[in-house]
Amino acid sequence: MSATVSPIDEVKTTPWAGGRSPFNVEYGKMMMWFFLLSDAFTFSSLLISYGALRFSAVTWPGADKIFQSVPGLADHGYPLVFVGIMTFILILSSVTMVLAVEAGHRMARKEVITWMILTVIGGLMFLGCQALEWNHLHGEGFWWSKIPTNVDTLKEFFEGTAASLAAQQTSAHQFANLFFTITGFHGFHVFTGVIINIIITINVLAGTYEKRGSYLMVEKVGLYWHFVDLVWVFVFTFFYLV
Amino acid sequence: MSTETTHIHGEGEVHEEGMTKGRIVKVALILSAITCVEFIIALVLIPHHVWGITYAIANPIYIVLTLFKAFYIVAFFMHLKFEKMGLILAIIVPILFIIGLILVLTNESHHWFDLRI
Repeated sequence: MSATVSPIDEVKTTPWAGGRSPFNVEYGKMMMWFFLLSDAFTFSSLLISYGALRFSAVTWPGADKIFQSVPGLADHGYPLVFVGIMTFILILSSVTMVLAVEAGHRMARKEVITWMILTVIGGLMFLGCQALEWNHLHGEGFWWSKIPTNVDTLKEFFEGTAASLAAQQTSAHQFANLFFTITGFHGFHVFTGVIINIIITINVLAGTYEKRGSYLMVEKVGLYWHFVDLVWVFVFTFFYLV
Repeated sequence: MSTETTHIHGEGEVHEEGMTKGRIVKVALILSAITCVEFIIALVLIPHHVWGITYAIANPIYIVLTLFKAFYIVAFFMHLKFEKMGLILAIIVPILFIIGLILVLTNESHHWFDLRI
C-alpha cells in the first residue's frame, strides 16, 4: 500500500471534528466554569424569588432606612456607607486575585504569595464587615422569621407608605428571611473561598506549583473568587440600591 | 508556561493573550468608577431630587450599570473574553434560562399582587 490516506482515515484538525479540543482549556478549569454556571443558577433562583416576592408585596422596607449604620461609629444617618466599604473591599480583593494569576503566568512565586495573602486578608475583612452588619440587624430585631416587635420601630423602616401594619409585618418578615438567606449564602461562598485561597497559598509557599511547572490552580480558585465578587455586585444592587 | 495561556489560532499560529498589569488596573478603575456612579445616584441625586430622578428612573440605570460591572468581571477578571468561542458560548448561552425565569416570575408576581389587594 502506498502512503495515500483515504478520506475517512484522515485526522481532522478542525475544533469540532475531534482533532483537538474545541474549548482548549484544561479539564479542571472547564469543570470550574460549569460548576460556577450551576452556582449562578442557584443564586439567580434566590434573587429572582426575592424579586417576585418584592414585586408582589404591597409595601417594602426602604434600604436607606434599614442600612444606615456604620458599626462602631454611627448608629444611623449614614445610608450605604458601610456597604460601600464592603463593596470596595471585595472589588479590591478581586483585583489582588487577578494580579496573583498574572504573577502565576510569569512563574513569579514571591509575587503570587504576596497577592494571595492580600486576597485572603480582603476576604476576611469582608466577612468581618458582614458579621458586624448581621450583628447590627440582629440587634434591631431582625433575624430569620423575626422582626422588631415594637410597632413604632418597625414603622420607621416603612416611612412614607400608607400600608397597613399587617402588610408591613408581612413584608418585613419576607425581607428578613430573604436578606439573611441570600447574604448568608453569599457569605458562605466568601468563607469557603477564603479557605480555598488559604490552602492554595500554603501550596504556593510549599512550592507545589513551582514543581508542577504551572500555576493553573491559582487561576482556577481565581475563577471562584471572581464569581463571589460577581454575585456580590448583584446582591449589592438588588438589596441595597433598588 | 502552560498551554492555558497560549491560544492556538488557525494553522498553528501561536500568540499570547490575556491580562497585563495595565489592563488589570484599567478594569479595576472602571469597576470602581461604576460603583461610584451608583453611590452618587443613591446618595446625592435621589435624596436631593436632582434632575427629578426617582427610583423609577434610577432602578433601570442601576441594573444596566450592574450588568456592565458583571461584563467586566466575567470578560476580563475571569478571562472569558480570551477563551475559545466554544467555551464562551457554553457559559453564556445557558444564561438564557435565567432570563426566562426572570420573565416568568416577574409576570407571575404581578398576578400575586393583584390577588393581594
